[in-house]
Amino acid sequence: MTALSTEQTHDRTAPAPEPGEQPVSDNLPLTPSQLKAFGEEMDAIRQRIIASLGEEDADYIHRVVKAQRAFEVAGRALFYVPPAWPLAVAALSVSKILDNMEIGHNVMHGQYDWMGEPGLSSRMYEWDNVCPSEQWKYSHNYIHHTFTNIVGKDRDIGYGILRMDADQKWHPYYLGNPVYAFLLMVFFEWGVAMHDLEVENIVAGKRKISENAALHRGIMRKVKRQALKDYLLFPALTGPLFPLTLAGNATANLVRNIWAFNIIFCGHFPAGVATFSVEETENESRGQWYLRQLLGSANITGGKLFHLMTGNLSHQIEHHLFPDLPARRYPEVAAEVQEICERYGLEYHTGPLGKQLFSVAAKICRFALPDRASDVPGLSTLAGAAGLVTRFVSRRPSVAVVPDAA
Amino acid sequence: MGLATTILQSRAVAALASPHGVDRYLELVNPMWAATEVRARVVDVHRETTGEHPVATITLQPTSTWRGHRAGQYVQVGVEVPGARRTTRCFTISSAASAPGERFTLTVRAHSEGLVSKFLVERAEPGLVVHLSQAQGDFTLVESPATPTNNHLLFITGGSGITPAMSMVRTLLRDGYDGHVGRRVTFLHYARGPEDQVFADELASWADADNGVRVVLRHESAGDPRFSAIDLARLVPDFREVDTWVCGPAGLMELVELAYDGSPRLRTERFKPPVVKAGSAEGDVVFSRAGTQAANSGAPLLEQAEAAGLTPEFGCRMGICFSCTARKSEGTVRNVLTGEESSLPDEEIRICVSAPVGDCVVDL
Repeated sequence: MTALSTEQTHDRTAPAPEPGEQPVSDNLPLTPSQLKAFGEEMDAIRQRIIASLGEEDADYIHRVVKAQRAFEVAGRALFYVPPAWPLAVAALSVSKILDNMEIGHNVMHGQYDWMGEPGLSSRMYEWDNVCPSEQWKYSHNYIHHTFTNIVGKDRDIGYGILRMDADQKWHPYYLGNPVYAFLLMVFFEWGVAMHDLEVENIVAGKRKISENAALHRGIMRKVKRQALKDYLLFPALTGPLFPLTLAGNATANLVRNIWAFNIIFCGHFPAGVATFSVEETENESRGQWYLRQLLGSANITGGKLFHLMTGNLSHQIEHHLFPDLPARRYPEVAAEVQEICERYGLEYHTGPLGKQLFSVAAKICRFALPDRASDVPGLSTLAGAAGLVTRFVSRRPSVAVVPDAA
Repeated sequence: MGLATTILQSRAVAALASPHGVDRYLELVNPMWAATEVRARVVDVHRETTGEHPVATITLQPTSTWRGHRAGQYVQVGVEVPGARRTTRCFTISSAASAPGERFTLTVRAHSEGLVSKFLVERAEPGLVVHLSQAQGDFTLVESPATPTNNHLLFITGGSGITPAMSMVRTLLRDGYDGHVGRRVTFLHYARGPEDQVFADELASWADADNGVRVVLRHESAGDPRFSAIDLARLVPDFREVDTWVCGPAGLMELVELAYDGSPRLRTERFKPPVVKAGSAEGDVVFSRAGTQAANSGAPLLEQAEAAGLTPEFGCRMGICFSCTARKSEGTVRNVLTGEESSLPDEEIRICVSAPVGDCVVDL
């Protein structure tokens, strides 16, 4: 199948724009007729994968679930053996990472709903995380995946706390950008849980605190359950080792927080990844939606184990194009998507973890500062008069600052 | 097992196993261990009939979580059909009423369109583990307030509809119902022909024994009459005054309902087979919770529901976020993204990308 499809696709070329057609915008460099063809190619991939879903995918997710439960049980058990504490923490961390990423995130996307198994159903799955899955599915599956990287609509751009884009107006508050990012990393699951409360909109007066009452109840119920088992019951079961077990469980949660934060931040924030305006995306076609997902996401290169531990979010591009296809198919799809990108002359952002992380860190620091002196209250008149208007950052560079194409 | 079950069902263990639940761990060790879910292992498969639509009786050993069943009830059975898709259908229990954890049997006819029935009849082997619900349904003997024990009881069944009546009469006979105090049972059954007649030997032994049970078998192939009002009056003169259970194909049910003319003595049980319709925008869409109905416009169900004045929950409206998932109880829908059609009853669908093909019922 692979050989045949490669041969076929290599023969094809991207359609030239029809006379008089213009690309949608600088960020969306295809014309409507090209978008139509592009969208059809993406739909064809999707359809082919859906038609081939079956036993192999089911076996895979069953194996991952089995491994996750085994790591969890091993981790809980090893806390009874004090010298094995680091091992226990490692096992529990792996369990929580697998649960949240390759299982939880993907199952809640409905990737395995076709199997009809209640334990792997997007409607039923609850993850080992303080954020209630019901709320996460709204902010993630709906808001983030539908309005990906549309500034003002996608609340995952900076999560309401950080400034991650030139189109977010600078404010002295953002001088703390790196500090906020660090805190968000350490307390990531709590940040995710509070994401739906839209605290920034309450501060801005756009949302009433009373609107959050139902959400508060859901969060508190989940927090209580998570805290009860990790910080009370399992430590208590180890008797005199209570403090060690408690510290171990907290460490495992911390490890998961740091890992998930870093992988997720590499998904949309490396340099070169495009953001979009509401106007650009009005009356968007299916092809344009695909293009926005492609240009608004970035991959991380790595080995099989690395992809598993990221929940295949290392294939963020493929995930955003096909959020409900089982993630284990993303590597297979990636080769085709890259080939399509080459033909259409589109950027495909990817790179090793170190490079992507550095790029994200640079962005966090860069956007802590104003783009130009005129943005700084009180400084603009002075700076303007002195002719010292400095542009720190070129707004939405058409060429990536750090070249991304691997 | 009592103590183990109590511990496994305790709140403390539930808190430790949160958020996945105890069963998600137990099932990985042994599929027959469960704290709340019900599963069963196939212990015997007995072929009742062969032919185009063969029938088999499957004996199941349920997990200790099985609460037992009342005669006439059904159970949802989920199996992993080829392609790793768990598919669930309802089957009536054919054995006498069971106690908690006790074995019971299903008697299943393999329908050509029936994924699960075909799988159970053709592929089930001892050792196979299936997923179950608890027993459900009110088409039962004991639930009937109008059934003091020495009333005459009448069962009218056709084809596979025999199973609930089998369970009821088997229960009566097992529990000492012998007709000697004047309690009579009349068992009327209509089958395609002798080769399609299930439980033939058992029915013959009932008829022969001195137990007050009268068995009347009719066969389509022999040109036997159907159970019309005239025919019923001949068999059971005061049938409208007799507690009656009827279960079978739609044609038989209609005939009997007509004959009973609204008599409260009649209790009915219907099957819900998948209805496959070809073509596009025809038929009606029923929004069962709202109680409204509209002509099918061919648009995705979400749009049709909104056009009918409903406000179902939705998100992306393009099939990616699963916010609008709803249960389709009857009919065929086409996925507008993939063109794939699906006719399974009681199926969860994304209404934003599912367009009905023909009549369709959605829980909205």
